[in-house]
Amino acid sequence: MSDVLSLSAAQAADAIAAGSLSAQELFEAYRARAAADRAAGEEGLNCFTWVAGGDQAGGGGANAPLGGVPLAVKDLFCTEGVPSQSGSRILEGYLPPYTASVVRRLYGAGATLLAKTNQDEFAMGSSNENSAFGAVRNPWDRERVPGGSSGGSAAAVAAGLAPWALGTDTGGSIRQPAALCGIVGLKPTYGSVSRYGMIAFASSLDQAGPITRDVRDAALLLRYMVGHDPCDATSLQFPHEIELPSAARLDGVRLGVPNELSGEGIEAGVLDAFHAALERARELGAEVREVELPHAPHALSAYYVLAPAEASSNLARFDGVRYGLRAENPTDLLDMYTRTRHDGFGPEVKRRIMLGTYALSSGYYDAYYGRAQRVRTKIAEDFRTAFAQVELIVTPTAPSVAFKLGEKTADPLAMYLNDYCTVPMSLAGIPAISIPCGLSQGLPVGLQIAGPAFSENRLLDAAYALEQSIGFDGTPARV
Amino acid sequence: MIVPAAGRWRSVQCATVIERDEVLHVARLARLALAEDEVEPMARELSAVLDHVAKIGELDLDGVPATSHVVDVTGALRPDEPRPCLPREVALSQAPAVADGGFLVPSPQA
Amino acid sequence: MSEPQRTPRQPPAGGSSNDLAYEPVIGLEIHVQLATATKMFCGCELSFGDPPNTHTCPVCLGLPGSLPVANARAVHFGLMIGLALGSELAPRSIFHRKNYFYPDLPKGYQISQYDEPLCRGGRLAEVRIHRVHLEEDAAKLIHIGSSGRIHGSDASIVDFNRGGTPLAEIVTEPDVRSPEQASEWLKLLRSTLRQLGVSDVNMEEGSLRCDANISLRPTGSSELGVKTELKNMNSFRFIERGIRAEIARQEKVLQAGGTVEQETLHFDPASGAITSLRSKEEAHDYRYFPEPDLLPVAISQEMIDAARADMTELPADRAERFARELVLSPESAQQLAFRAGLADFFEAALAVQVDVPAQTLANWVTVELAGRLDDGDPAEAHATPQALAELAAMVASKQISVGAGRQVLDRLVAEGGEPRAIVEAEGLAAIGGEDELAGVVAAALQANADAAARVREGNAKAIGPIVGYVMRETKGRADGTEVARLVHEQLGS
Repeated sequence: MSDVLSLSAAQAADAIAAGSLSAQELFEAYRARAAADRAAGEEGLNCFTWVAGGDQAGGGGANAPLGGVPLAVKDLFCTEGVPSQSGSRILEGYLPPYTASVVRRLYGAGATLLAKTNQDEFAMGSSNENSAFGAVRNPWDRERVPGGSSGGSAAAVAAGLAPWALGTDTGGSIRQPAALCGIVGLKPTYGSVSRYGMIAFASSLDQAGPITRDVRDAALLLRYMVGHDPCDATSLQFPHEIELPSAARLDGVRLGVPNELSGEGIEAGVLDAFHAALERARELGAEVREVELPHAPHALSAYYVLAPAEASSNLARFDGVRYGLRAENPTDLLDMYTRTRHDGFGPEVKRRIMLGTYALSSGYYDAYYGRAQRVRTKIAEDFRTAFAQVELIVTPTAPSVAFKLGEKTADPLAMYLNDYCTVPMSLAGIPAISIPCGLSQGLPVGLQIAGPAFSENRLLDAAYALEQSIGFDGTPARV
Repeated sequence: MIVPAAGRWRSVQCATVIERDEVLHVARLARLALAEDEVEPMARELSAVLDHVAKIGELDLDGVPATSHVVDVTGALRPDEPRPCLPREVALSQAPAVADGGFLVPSPQA
Repeated sequence: MSEPQRTPRQPPAGGSSNDLAYEPVIGLEIHVQLATATKMFCGCELSFGDPPNTHTCPVCLGLPGSLPVANARAVHFGLMIGLALGSELAPRSIFHRKNYFYPDLPKGYQISQYDEPLCRGGRLAEVRIHRVHLEEDAAKLIHIGSSGRIHGSDASIVDFNRGGTPLAEIVTEPDVRSPEQASEWLKLLRSTLRQLGVSDVNMEEGSLRCDANISLRPTGSSELGVKTELKNMNSFRFIERGIRAEIARQEKVLQAGGTVEQETLHFDPASGAITSLRSKEEAHDYRYFPEPDLLPVAISQEMIDAARADMTELPADRAERFARELVLSPESAQQLAFRAGLADFFEAALAVQVDVPAQTLANWVTVELAGRLDDGDPAEAHATPQALAELAAMVASKQISVGAGRQVLDRLVAEGGEPRAIVEAEGLAAIGGEDELAGVVAAALQANADAAARVREGNAKAIGPIVGYVMRETKGRADGTEVARLVHEQLGS
């Protein structure tokens, strides 16, 4: 049994295709483990909000490229007939009448739905402590957070409770939990994966992406996620196919290290692991040089205006009229609205709705939202300038390793800092991947690699080469 | 700007103070009820965040255009062709209250 | 779409009065439902009168995760409207979110346009256009009142069939100066839009809706007064009455020395009352920002050409052609061109090729025919262009008098038929011999001796009763000019 679980998703898919592994057997092996975690409550990692029933054969087309390999899907992806709650009480038990385009695409490629994963409410958070369905624990240390908002997906993959998972990234919500859990997470170029069916947080930033054990799995999953969707006006046709990476070296690759994102404010242990990774890159033939992203220090401020502003509008539909929670015995319409939203949203969501509403309100638009959109232009320009000098940019993914549950919940600003290194790429819409590059205090450290729009193949190749060289061992996290 | 300081957050005196009235006004715009004991903490938390995001006001952004869409493409339009609609029972299936084939709500006129 | 609390509006007491004359300044805001097959942002078919919530999908229901995609044909129709109004078409147009809460607004925001609308400027006849933009319609709220009380309060049900229907919003400059002008101009707009084929423009069905912005200023002043917005007028007649009532109300306020408050008002056609729709909170803060789920629309030359190709001749161009090619007076040209039905009728009559000057035929159409149709579509009248052309020819060649011609037209409009047949049946042929007519004239002069005397003395108007006598005797078949000539001849005057 445990052999089967130690296979990466790509290996499992190959084995199923070769006939040496039964898709049903694989599905049931994972399903049982996921169900056990769900049943374990406080004793478990609390990765899941829903797990497929034992009666579900789960057998995807064995001839399909992802044939039969079970997939864990973040709660906010609409999955027809299966609870899709975006980690919120206001959508508790909500059963959508349709399935998100990217999930349907993956079903078409042979993936099967294993479970829905826990997350920060409406994808707002960096620790998965904002879920209405309880915090998720980091399998490396159960007193610590897995990161967020895709904490459930990351913990599940790290713990070996799912072979791979879908997450979403708005300001770092795939990359940062991947880093804190010692696994791989990729945020694609904005527009390359359809958002139709993803319960929205911030429309101009949200992107679905793979959360996997290794880089090759990330490439495999991404390959079947990308593509134009007529249901999403912002989705694009990816200009070429996503290739499975094979690079062993980084000769001729120039890696840019921005001072702004690799010095002050980063934990010493994280910086050590980061520099060690840079050394490895040099050994593999890469040239490492400094680049400037002068507006990167303002990225977090701009992000915490733009994302809450879009969210305040996206979450207005949760009004108790057509679906979701409705407050009991409302005295009138206003009472129904205000009490429903008071009872249904958690504190972080409320804060961001308030922030966003304020930033868009009359008299404040120019100073906040208007300005933030212009900061965004400068950040994108900074990256373009940098990419004229280097092929890829590298930074630590997060300023710290996994922190303790409850450590940062009292101060929203402290929590927001976790996104410091990842937010600039989100604002610019460029792709970025996080791979584990070492340990600090026994906890995983993530290395972020970013590239220009549509450079996913080069990104995956570089990540793969480094990953093979680093040889990070993720097994201590396996349950 | 928000600058991390050795991984720990330094508590700062807030320059921007959101008054209680403004909090209530924004809450009203957002249709969010706030209990009496929630107003003050919300004011503080918002002030703290706004104080820092307001630092973007220090940048010289003269002549810099806004990015409303990071994708530098213009819009695909949809052909005017009918697609299947949801059956009514499905459309109403998640509704908290239904009557006469419609979504039942307290009347705005009430 | 606010949360209304109706309070009757009274002019404030006190203050000094004044004797200033005020002129009204009126701007119109028109919403037009576009006649596309599907909604603005999703593929649900448009419906009218179908059972509630049978034309919905995740997008127009605002379900979590749904996304809008703009309807190409709605943009096409929007461009046609812009071309018809002579507007500037934006090379790039974006959608904005207009945020507010109401049960008929499923997303909690309406996708509309703000500072980069599809069309800017333009004019239709004497009224300038400010802008034209696209947006989605709200759903329908059906108040079921106490029969369906929930939780102790009145209830409504929401029907999302209409929600998402494409709308073009046309906003004029405040160029309208009277209620009558508003009504007339709106009819002009309606016929233009109908001719374009972009909408059913039916006020009763709600595919054409109009609000008015009204202010007063001292006559001759060029400053603008405080304006109020008047809503809920769903017929041309109500629009006229509503605007008139609001002008009267504002006048009373100003003359009593008070000031007009900027507010949204509701006109009740039954009582004629104007009530305030002041909502419980201050004016809406819509927090407009660019719609992130939709990319900017680039308006290409191909799109503009396609819009132009889909249009029949624009009214303004048609008027210009009439004036130039047919030497019609500018008034006649305009009157015909801006009522497509009349222009079509006219051109069909012209094609019959009778020996009648185009201007004469135009007058028959714009004065005699239009006057008998009461706004109706000539295509639906019983009179055919062929018949009218023949009638005009008969009058021009004096086979019948003008008066007789009008009688024939009455019959044509009421029942149809052929002019020649009607003339024969009614015995309306012009008086044949001069002798016959001269005899009647002589009799008329005898019967109206006083009038005759005054005419002889030079009082031209006194000829009236004499001519009237002749007309009665001849049942209108006499030619008026001929009668007058004979009268003067016989009187030697």
